[in-house]
Amino acid sequence: MRDERLRAIAAALALSMAGSIAFAAAFWMHASTQILGASIGAACIGLAIACLGWARWILPYEQVVDLRDTVPSPEQDRLDQIDAAVRGSAETTRRAWLTRMLVAALGTLGAAALFPIGALGPPPGDAPMHSRWRRGSRLKRSDGTIVRPEDLNVGSVVTVYPEDAVGDYNSMAVLVRLPDGVGKGTLDGMIAFSKACTHAGCPVALYRASDCKLVCPCHQSAFDVTDGARVVDGPADRPLPQLPIAIAQDGYVRADGDFNAPVGPGFWQLS
Amino acid sequence: MIRRLLLWTDDRFGTATFLHHALRKAFPDHWSFMLGEINVYAFIVLVATGVFLAMWFTPGTADVVYTGPYAPLYGRTVSEAYNTVLHLSFAVNGGLLIRQIHHWAANIFVAGIVVHACRIFFTGAFRNPRELNWIFGTLLLFAGIFEGFSGYSLPDDLLSGLGLRIAMSILQAVPFVGEDLAYFVQGGVWPSAVLLQRLFITHVFIMPALIAGGITVHLMILWRQKHTQFPGPRRTEENVVGSPLFPIYAFRSFALQFAVISVCCLLGAFVQINPVWLWGPYDPSKAISPAQPDWFAGWLDGALRIFPPFSLHIFGHYLPAILWPGLVLPLAIMGLLAVYPFAEAFLRRDRAQHHLLDRPRDVPLRLAFGCAFLTFMALLLFAGSGDLQVRYVHLPLYDVVLGYQIAVFFLPLLAFVIAYALASGLKRSGGVHEAERVRLTRNADGGYDEEPV
Repeated sequence: MRDERLRAIAAALALSMAGSIAFAAAFWMHASTQILGASIGAACIGLAIACLGWARWILPYEQVVDLRDTVPSPEQDRLDQIDAAVRGSAETTRRAWLTRMLVAALGTLGAAALFPIGALGPPPGDAPMHSRWRRGSRLKRSDGTIVRPEDLNVGSVVTVYPEDAVGDYNSMAVLVRLPDGVGKGTLDGMIAFSKACTHAGCPVALYRASDCKLVCPCHQSAFDVTDGARVVDGPADRPLPQLPIAIAQDGYVRADGDFNAPVGPGFWQLS
Repeated sequence: MIRRLLLWTDDRFGTATFLHHALRKAFPDHWSFMLGEINVYAFIVLVATGVFLAMWFTPGTADVVYTGPYAPLYGRTVSEAYNTVLHLSFAVNGGLLIRQIHHWAANIFVAGIVVHACRIFFTGAFRNPRELNWIFGTLLLFAGIFEGFSGYSLPDDLLSGLGLRIAMSILQAVPFVGEDLAYFVQGGVWPSAVLLQRLFITHVFIMPALIAGGITVHLMILWRQKHTQFPGPRRTEENVVGSPLFPIYAFRSFALQFAVISVCCLLGAFVQINPVWLWGPYDPSKAISPAQPDWFAGWLDGALRIFPPFSLHIFGHYLPAILWPGLVLPLAIMGLLAVYPFAEAFLRRDRAQHHLLDRPRDVPLRLAFGCAFLTFMALLLFAGSGDLQVRYVHLPLYDVVLGYQIAVFFLPLLAFVIAYALASGLKRSGGVHEAERVRLTRNADGGYDEEPV
């Protein structure tokens, strides 16, 4: 055994101890994440090097040969286990009608045990088909202010909720002000769509005013606001539902009913 | 001392026969046999750091006002969950380090499984009699991915909220019962008040228990069937040649263990991961862009991005486009991996037991298939960051998406052909494996005698 190898292992172990002590001290002094991690990391590196040195230089290299005799079992045992299982099964099921009842009882218990799953949540009912928008709902921003038509400059967007349901996911909508003469079905250049992407439900949070497209940051579905928010690019499979809006006599923008389709990602009941 | 302890134990449990063999059990020397151990050690790091994190974390969604030391969020209304993660990261001594070690160890855990699975796959170690252990490995891989996802979804930051929303949208797309499933998992409408709590118990109890159980069974099967080995002198189908478990292999394994822990610690110390304070608290109407999941979920996100809007109306019902890349594709991949050993045995008409490994080139079709599969997965992963790539390549985003849509069909084929050609060529050129092995003996005349072995 050469001395420098022993010294290398000793140095690694010393490094490890120094690292551990440094970690304890650093922790005591509320040191930074970097110092804490570097010291405990050094403690482990030292041990890793020492163990590797131990395996290579201190322990004698030897090869052992294991025979692979564990499988399969001796032939007689193989036959005996089949015998035992077959005989046991035959004895168990000799009374056929009782056996069927045993299976039925187990099955019934299993079915009964599934019922608590029903307590995990209310069934959706027809909730996914509707939002909280009603004819006459005013459009409220999440900061609580009500939208008036003159608040919106051309090219701007604002996220709005029904005034009595701020924060409701199914109701979140984006109100866009298009340039004059652009877009179908606008109200003084304004048009509103559901903000829940019809692909995977992320908020359609990016608006590119240059070509009037709403883009979802998650999977880049792009919706053409000038054309009923139809999908022009990306993986979404249906347009964003539109929220009918009107300007009431008091000058506020109000919803003129619910979205024209269920919002958000698709599901089985959506026809 | 050792002597008395062993005799005391044997008097009570009769452990001597087992221990005698266990301590001298042969572990093959090839380095690639240690890849799987990385996962065991990363799992230990995950449990240890996870316990510490759970001492602080609250999976609550109730509003609280953040008043901690991180100034940019001071006074903001956030959820309890987010608040405790901020507290843990900024106010608990060593908290940020342990959080980052935990997150890095999770990445290493899944990456380690992938690398280990590649070794098993390309050397044919999954063949009879080890098909079942391959299936356990596949399940552990997907369990690891799900566990990782459920973990980074817990802090209730803007990024994790988006990820959860997407996961729920996939669940919602399931035929017949999707909407009910989503409601029962969320406990009602989105955004859910109890989803985090359910995710928390899944992340800290159910999945770790399943993974620990899976690892145990995986190792018990390995122990029982003994290791495979590469062909070599004295190595046959009937034996295993290697270093004894105690002491030499144990020390190699200790070295690896400390190396894994140390890498986790150093990454946790110096490489920032998931800075949730930059993403901000979750708000269903807000999003960050670009939004990137962890790499082990990135291939799923990539599939969602490039799968065309192919939805079906059948009998007045709806099958959304997200169903195919979100649910059918991952299930198909899991199924394909699980049945691969049986499929290969069937195609090659080879049902014999194999304990001697192939080199990757020895079975060109397997190598080609593996390379095609990895290419496919890598393309999905890269497709998941297309919106980042366009910042550097200056192409329109949807051209890049189209490129990926074409590439996922053709590049795997190309990889298949190249790998097949290379392997066949290498195989023809021969090598130690195929050459007849001889033993050379120096004779009294100074020459050599040859005899076949």
